[in-house]
Amino acid sequence: MRLIRRTKAAAAAVVLASALGSTLAACGSAGDDSGKGADVDVAENAADQFDDGTRMKELAEAGAIKIGVKFDQPGIGFKGAADDEPQGFDPEMGKILAASLGIEPGDITWTETISDNREPFLQSGEVDLVIASYSITDERRKVVGQAGPYYVTGQQILVRSDSDIESVDDIKGQEVCSVTGSTSLDNVKAKGAKPRGFDTYSECVDQVLDGTVDAMTTDGAILLGYAAQHPDELKVVGDPFSEERYGVGYSKDHPEMCEWINDTLTQSFEDGTWEDAFDATLGKSGVDAPEQPTLDPCQD
Amino acid sequence: MEAVFSDFGEYAKAFGLTCGLFLVAGLGSLVWGTFLAALRVGPVAVMRKASAAYVGVFRNTPLLVVFIFVAVALPKIGYSFTFIENVDVGGHHVSGYFFRACVALTLYTSAFVCEAVRSGINAVPLGQAEAARSIGLTFTQTMQEVVLPQAVRAVVPPLTSVLVALLKNTSVAAAFGIAEATAQMKSMNNDHADQRIQIFLLFAVGYIVLVEVLTFSSYALERRWRVA
Repeated sequence: MRLIRRTKAAAAAVVLASALGSTLAACGSAGDDSGKGADVDVAENAADQFDDGTRMKELAEAGAIKIGVKFDQPGIGFKGAADDEPQGFDPEMGKILAASLGIEPGDITWTETISDNREPFLQSGEVDLVIASYSITDERRKVVGQAGPYYVTGQQILVRSDSDIESVDDIKGQEVCSVTGSTSLDNVKAKGAKPRGFDTYSECVDQVLDGTVDAMTTDGAILLGYAAQHPDELKVVGDPFSEERYGVGYSKDHPEMCEWINDTLTQSFEDGTWEDAFDATLGKSGVDAPEQPTLDPCQD
Repeated sequence: MEAVFSDFGEYAKAFGLTCGLFLVAGLGSLVWGTFLAALRVGPVAVMRKASAAYVGVFRNTPLLVVFIFVAVALPKIGYSFTFIENVDVGGHHVSGYFFRACVALTLYTSAFVCEAVRSGINAVPLGQAEAARSIGLTFTQTMQEVVLPQAVRAVVPPLTSVLVALLKNTSVAAAFGIAEATAQMKSMNNDHADQRIQIFLLFAVGYIVLVEVLTFSSYALERRWRVA
C-alpha cells in the first residue's frame, strides 16, 4: 500500500515536472508557436551511396550544405527576429534533402534568398540549393536547374472581413498589394486591378488592416497564415486563380543533383515525411496536406 | 533584351511614372524649399528658427524613414490623404499612393532646396540688399527685385544636383506601392531570369537619359542667364 502510494507520488511528480518543463519551454521560446517541425532520419554513411565526382558526394563528405530559403513568408519560410533558424515548409524540405546526404539539420547553413537573388546565388555557388517558394518557369530553367515540384499552390485574395470583394472577379479597378515585382502582382494587374508593390508581405498586410489598400494577393498558403493571425479582421476569398509549382533550385554546373532531388522527394512522398513536414508548417492554418504533386522528369 | 522591347509600353509607362513623381515632387520642393529659404534669411526670428529646425529634421533623416512615416505611419493614425482621389485632373484621378509618395519626396527634397537657395542668396553681396532697403523697398520687394534674380544664377548648379538626386530618389517609391521604373525592373527580372543583365542595363540607361536631359537643360539655363 505504502509502496503504491509512493509510486503514485512519483508519477505525479513526473507529470508535474514534465508539465512545468513544457511551460518553461513555452516561456523560453515566446512567440515561437511554429514548433520544430517534423523529425527527419539522417542517413548514415550517406557518402557511400553516391558516385565519385558528384556534388552529392562532395556535400556528404563535407557534412555541410548551404540552402537558400525565404525569411519573410509565414508557413513557407519565416525567420522571426528571435529565431535561430527559419521555420516553414521550405526549410523542412531542406532538412529532408540534407538528411539524405547524412547532414544533420544543425549543419545546414540557412541563407536568406529574396526573389531577386535566387539565380545569382545558385550561379555563384553562394548556396547549394534554393528552396524559397521558387516557382518553376521555363525562363528560370534556362539559367538554373529546378527539380520538383514538391508543392503546387495557387494565388488567392486576402481582404478585410467587411470587404465586398468575394472573388478575383471583383478586384477590377481595386488597389491590390503584394511584394514589388512578384508574379502575383503581374497576375492581378492582368485582371484589371491597380497593383501596389511593397517590400515585404508584412507591410502589405498592415496596409490591408488599416484600409489603405483594398486587398492583398499572393500564394494561398501565405494568405491563410496571415488570416489565421487576425481571424476577426481578415479573410481569404475566392478560388485559386493561378498555378505555382514550387521547385528546388540547383546550379546548372551540377546537373546530377536533379535525379537525387527527385529520388529524395519521391521517397519523402512515400514514407510520409513530406506530409509530416506539411502538417507541421502550412497545415497549421487548417488546410489538409494536398495531393502529392507529380515530379517533372529530369531533363538531362 | 527582348524582355524589355517586347513589353516596351510597360517600360515607357514605368519611366513615365518616374517622371510624374519627379515633376510633381520637384515643383513642390522648389516652391516649398524657396519659401523656407526666404524664411531662413528673413527678418522674423521665430520663422528663421522654425525653418532651420525643418531643415535640420528632414535633411538629417534618411529618405526611407520619411517614406515610412508618410506612406505607412500616417495612414495608420488616420491621415491617408485619400481625399485627393476625388480630385479630377482632366479626367484622371490621382491615387492616394502617388500623392503620399510625392509628399514624402517633397518634404525631404525641400530641405536641400532650401539650403541650395540660401547659398545662392548668400552669394549676393550684402550691399545689394542694403542698397535696396535704403531706397525704401520692403523685405519682399528686396527679395523679389534685387536678391533672388541674382541668387537664381548662383543657385542653378547646386539646385541641379538636388534635382538629379530627387530623380533617382523616386526609386524608393518602388517599395511603397508605386509601379515606377525600379518596380518594373524588379517585375521584369522576376519574369525573365535569363535576361537579368540586359534588363538591368536598359533600366540604368533609362535613368541616365533622364538625368542627362536634366543636366543639359541646366547648362542651357546657365548659359542663358550668364551676365556678360
